[in-house]
Amino acid sequence: MSRYFTEDHEWIEVEGQTGTVGISDYAQGQLGDIVFVEAPDSGRSLGKGDEAAVVESVKAASDVYAPVSGTVTEGNPALADEPSLVNSDPEGEGWFFKLTLSDPSELESLMDETAYAAFVAKL
Amino acid sequence: MTINQSGWKPTAPAGRGDAAGTTFTGNKALMLEEPLIFEIGDDQTTGVDFILPARGEGDRRPQAGGGGGSPHGAASAEAPLHHPAAPGGAAPRAGEDRLGGLARTASIGLPGLSEPETVRHYTRLSRQNYAIDLGLFPLGSCTMKHNPRLNEKVARLPGFADVHPLQPVDTVQGALAVINELAVWLIKLTGMYGVAMSPKAGAHGELCGILCIKAALEKRGEGHRKVVLVPESAHGTNPATAAFAGFTVEDIPATVDGRVDLAALRARLGPDIAAVMITNPNTCGLFERDLKAISDAVHAAGGYVYCDGANFNAIVGKVRPGDLGVDAMHINLHKTFSTPHGGGGPGSGPVVLSEALAPFGPLPFTARMADGHIALIEEETAGDDHPDTFGRMTAFHGQMGMFTRALTYILSHGADGLQQVAEDAVLNANYVLRRLEDTLDAPFAGSGPCMHEAIFSDRGLAPGFSTIDIAKALIDEGYHPMTMYFPLVVHGAMLVEPTETESKAALDQFIGALRSVAERAKAGDAALKTAPHFAPRARLDETLAARKPVLVWKPPVAEAQAAE
Repeated sequence: MSRYFTEDHEWIEVEGQTGTVGISDYAQGQLGDIVFVEAPDSGRSLGKGDEAAVVESVKAASDVYAPVSGTVTEGNPALADEPSLVNSDPEGEGWFFKLTLSDPSELESLMDETAYAAFVAKL
Repeated sequence: MTINQSGWKPTAPAGRGDAAGTTFTGNKALMLEEPLIFEIGDDQTTGVDFILPARGEGDRRPQAGGGGGSPHGAASAEAPLHHPAAPGGAAPRAGEDRLGGLARTASIGLPGLSEPETVRHYTRLSRQNYAIDLGLFPLGSCTMKHNPRLNEKVARLPGFADVHPLQPVDTVQGALAVINELAVWLIKLTGMYGVAMSPKAGAHGELCGILCIKAALEKRGEGHRKVVLVPESAHGTNPATAAFAGFTVEDIPATVDGRVDLAALRARLGPDIAAVMITNPNTCGLFERDLKAISDAVHAAGGYVYCDGANFNAIVGKVRPGDLGVDAMHINLHKTFSTPHGGGGPGSGPVVLSEALAPFGPLPFTARMADGHIALIEEETAGDDHPDTFGRMTAFHGQMGMFTRALTYILSHGADGLQQVAEDAVLNANYVLRRLEDTLDAPFAGSGPCMHEAIFSDRGLAPGFSTIDIAKALIDEGYHPMTMYFPLVVHGAMLVEPTETESKAALDQFIGALRSVAERAKAGDAALKTAPHFAPRARLDETLAARKPVLVWKPPVAEAQAAE
């Protein structure tokens, strides 16, 4: 089980063929209070970099991109009533959606936790 | 995901700022609390008394209180229908239902208020407003300046105020002459070839200009040019307009001194570029010195140059955009030419066009004939003279009420006066910039004089303090805050545009207030986090408002059930 990050501040945790996607703690801190999340429906097929979800804070609505290609198996149902989970536990309970990876080799282009921390430190 | 890096991050307020003491009424002396009209009145009363009609035979309507909603409300709405006796015929019986059974059976839910209650309600609300007639309005990029009362007087002359757009043109020669005269002035002031007067506001004007460009490209058989380049500091309407018209938008990078990066722009130009959209003076308050070079490069690559003229007030009478190679530029009459702005009146965004684009401009437009008669060129009369028009932006001629005001402003200032408008606007903005650059970080202070607006950042504030705390505290100081967190290229941006209509004394007081508030933010004064303290409402909980928005008033539950 390992976790990867994109330069657009999504994370993906991979277990076998299944990936869980969310936004990083840094991203939620920049966005401020999250007021709405639109997670993708299961069955949707996503290419790497496709707009997968929408996260809305008081200041702006932002697109969340798919870190890798795959088919969505589940959106996080808890976020509909409690979008603040993205603030309180962005890299845990505040996950956005799960997907089945179609090309695990795409993970190689992503950053690991250490590399992402270094990336954020430079912003 | 994309993260807007402006630094704006609204949250719930940290605590409630308790002003000293509370009153029984909630009023604070002259600052009067005011509930909603639904909370003042109810739908069981009416401000006007009507005599209930006597009920005739066969009237099957439900009796008052018999499940049919409000008796008074129903009476007030229906009674007038029954009063007049039908001339020459049988008088309808009082109370007779002549609505074919379609009369409503429930209350329409409007509260009945007496005239004084109504007058007080709206007067009280109006006193909670801030207006250009009350004080300085430093909103950068919005150009909130004085609306001369002479404009209002002229706009109300019956010959202008009481005409209809469908009147025969021979009966409205004066009004058409105003449109034509203003058009001539706008063309002259901008050094352009033609003008489309009908767009209703700046963004509408942008669309007009971009549609002209689209039509021109298609005429050339180059409809495949699909990319419009827009700088990062542009007004949000620029990329939105280009996208709306079917183009793809790409960013033009900026240099460190806040201007368009000419080398990067040149490198991007190619056969897929339809146009560039550049704001000059730009949103960082700087004049784009390279605009002529930019235009030449864009034209050489086969594209067109759209200029966002929102900030034309800084250069009117001094610079003619036509000389800089601009192909289309909208002029916000409600900014540069002092017509009401921001709830006070409709916008108006005429678009001046270069010789290359003028043939594609929209209908209708006015034309002064050799004999002095002013014709209105429309679809029926355009004939072969204007075959390439892209069509119509709007039903009629444009914002007539704004044309009269703008032309009044222009004629009352004259050419030299308009020149002074630009000079004074720039002088005032530079005065604000130089008086405050030692207190607030001014990222482009080193780029030379600013134009119509001064920009500051939130650098140097105490940890945890942001631009919003300064803005909220300025409300307590009696000012509408400046534009904040825009443009996005400056972190925690504060964009101040004083305009030419403020005196030195007014500027000094504003500078004193902003300096005082900024010093408190740098020192970490906790009271700033709950400001405003003296406004009708304290710091709002923007998070709760967004998570659980209350968009309409709903009757209390018990009453709603009773009405069923």
